[in-house]
Amino acid sequence: MTRKQKRLASIATILVVIGGAAALVLTALSDSVAYFHSPSDIVAKAPAQSQRIRLGGLVEAGSVVRDGSQHVSFKVTDSLESVEVAYTGLLPDLFREGQGVVTEGTLGPDRVFIADTVLAKHDETYMPKEVVDDLKERGLWEDGKGMVSKDTPEAVVTQTSGAGS
Amino acid sequence: MIVEIGHYALILALSLSLVQSVLPAIGARSGDARLMETGTITATGAFVLLMLSFSALTAAYVTSDFSVLNVFQNSHSLKPMLYKVTGVWGNHEGSMLLWVLILSLFGALVALFGRDLPASLKANVLAVQAWITACFLLFILTTSNPFTRVFPAPMEGQDLNPILQDIGLAIHPPLLYLGYVGFSIAFSFAVAALIDGRIDAAWARWVRPWTLTAWVFLTAGIAMGSYWAYYELGWGGWWFWDPVENASFMPWLSGTALLHSALVMEKRSALKIWTILLAILTFSLSLLGTFLVRSGVLTSVHAFATDPTRGVFILAILCLFIGGSLALFALRASTLEAGGLFAPISREGALVVNNLFLTTATATVLVGTLYPLVLEVLGGAKISVGEPFFNLTFGPLMVPLLFAVPFGPLLAWKRGDLLAAAQRLYFAIGAAMLTILIAVALTSGTRILAALGFGLAVWLMAGALTDLFVRANFAKVGWRTGLARMRGLPRSAFGTVLAHFGLGVTVLGVITASAFQTETVTAMRAGQTVNAGGYEVRYEGAQQRQGPNYEEQVGTFTLRRDGLDAGTIESAKRFYPARQMPTTEAGIHTRWFSQLYISLGDPSPDGASIVVRVWWKPLITLIWIGAIFMAVGGTVSLFDRRLRVGAPARSRKRQLAAGAEA
Repeated sequence: MTRKQKRLASIATILVVIGGAAALVLTALSDSVAYFHSPSDIVAKAPAQSQRIRLGGLVEAGSVVRDGSQHVSFKVTDSLESVEVAYTGLLPDLFREGQGVVTEGTLGPDRVFIADTVLAKHDETYMPKEVVDDLKERGLWEDGKGMVSKDTPEAVVTQTSGAGS
Repeated sequence: MIVEIGHYALILALSLSLVQSVLPAIGARSGDARLMETGTITATGAFVLLMLSFSALTAAYVTSDFSVLNVFQNSHSLKPMLYKVTGVWGNHEGSMLLWVLILSLFGALVALFGRDLPASLKANVLAVQAWITACFLLFILTTSNPFTRVFPAPMEGQDLNPILQDIGLAIHPPLLYLGYVGFSIAFSFAVAALIDGRIDAAWARWVRPWTLTAWVFLTAGIAMGSYWAYYELGWGGWWFWDPVENASFMPWLSGTALLHSALVMEKRSALKIWTILLAILTFSLSLLGTFLVRSGVLTSVHAFATDPTRGVFILAILCLFIGGSLALFALRASTLEAGGLFAPISREGALVVNNLFLTTATATVLVGTLYPLVLEVLGGAKISVGEPFFNLTFGPLMVPLLFAVPFGPLLAWKRGDLLAAAQRLYFAIGAAMLTILIAVALTSGTRILAALGFGLAVWLMAGALTDLFVRANFAKVGWRTGLARMRGLPRSAFGTVLAHFGLGVTVLGVITASAFQTETVTAMRAGQTVNAGGYEVRYEGAQQRQGPNYEEQVGTFTLRRDGLDAGTIESAKRFYPARQMPTTEAGIHTRWFSQLYISLGDPSPDGASIVVRVWWKPLITLIWIGAIFMAVGGTVSLFDRRLRVGAPARSRKRQLAAGAEA
């Protein structure tokens, strides 16, 4: 091989690897990411059943039902609408009624959300960011004050803040 | 009083860093030796002052001085002493102080051990290092001062997040910071070289020990963090592709690429411009990680609750350093001479392949980490990018890279012979094939992918050992001479073998643990049993216990294997009253390299039964043992004589002295 051919071969290899990686990334971004939905989004326009989504909001007070084993059902609410969630497995330590939660899974045929992942916060002052942003957009949340209580006083949670006092 | 001294030392360190940012650089420009030499004193001084400052904060924690806001927010008088000390960096302000302390530690090390560096290079390196230190000190003092007082002083603190009350906090953050802050030295060297306009093989030899040191710590830090998350969070997972994990993984990937490209630069004087760019990018990724963790743009286990001004400040620092260094690179790179030529099939060629795949993999992780953030800023949908994305992108990129690893060290510099290398690898090829066949046969052909994965792991391990055998030339010279030759091999050769072998060990652990783990979730009453991994696990019941600053509900499980008693596991749910927060303490039983992992869920309403999650995780500890091999390999390589900073220069001097005496 001449030097020019060698250089062309090297450049071709590099392009193939980078091109392949870019193709993988693009496929993965269109197929394997989950979009965030609030309960109102789901009630307004239900996503396809095969589509993996994230559902976030507050765990509705009094909605958690355990059947004594690993099956749990609860409702996720943004205080306007709520969606029933079914989950099998251990709930995170900080899963509580009236607190923020993000669940991931798919919407079932009976409009019950089948979650395979439930994320709650990692510490007392944490609130899932997607949930806060979503509530803010609807005017249900104010920075520094937390949840603007409309009906359920249990839904009042403190907002993330650097000064914990 | 001690607290005020700490605060004052912090301000003094800032002033010293500002001096160090300017004087040595001016000295290097004008060729003034005295100005250049000031860098040594200021760098050491800044480190001593920051050490003083850090000790003052530690003292406030140890004595539970709740008049300090930071201590009040993150400590508690009943907390065990170990967690009082580690709590110093269990929060944003304190960990930032540790970050800068380590930054100045590396600066001081260069000042003290860099005696044989060219004076102008050393001066520029110290100046660049001081720019970073000064910016971050300014950041601490203006937005995140750990020494702020509260009045009146509260009687009791708010305690540290219980998840962090673990030995892991003592080890994971310091190791991790030593790693990714350590890459600042490679960055400073790169920028200094660009300012100097002079880069040669010697530059690579000076930079490699620092890069290697940082890499060893980062490897150990990430592995430790992974194991900590595994046993502490109680979810049984060891890697979550959490954006913050990615933030530390990206500098690791590009740092690994940097290690390999610096090798080419040192030995063959090629890939110079690329190596400089990688050094800049690696530390840029470290800075990006710092931004992601501390700006509040992410929510994860690692993210600190922060206010937006901090994010903006770090973003400014990020833009300043990444933008500035890349601009300097664009200006100066064209003036650098290209180095030696090499054939595509050669040691250099193999290292280029390594770099190509590692940097592409870094880029995919970067896209997966930043895409959701960028999309959100642009007002698009909110998405989450998780494991499926990374399995689909990162995985396929790693396979060809891992396949190529054993070939690299067997190829000659400049022009290699692929066929000859393959012939030397016949043993590794055979071992890998045999493994695949056995695995396929044992699983009756149901787990083809896992079998191929096993083959890959064995290929890596056997390939690494082959490298050692070929170097010692056992085949030709026999065992006795071979062993003697092996002893004579440079330490860096052993380092390579250990690190590549460790990579194979980690791959084996990852494949086995993900393909063959079993999981059982069930409600159990006292006396009931479940089977997992060949064990019969019997739930004996739960009792209440009181810890120093928590109370816990402990479930006891007895294990039987082949009808024999095989030990007990205690798994607990703790409750920390100070933060009103529960945590899960998983119970783990280790058998050889595999683990039985039990975590407790919620009790049934009548309290008679409890949800129990039992995992059998075969060979899972190999994931971290492999990382230990890699870190040990890096350390061994670090003690290679040829890599010791300035060693060649000193021995030449000694030779001259010896010659003069004779």
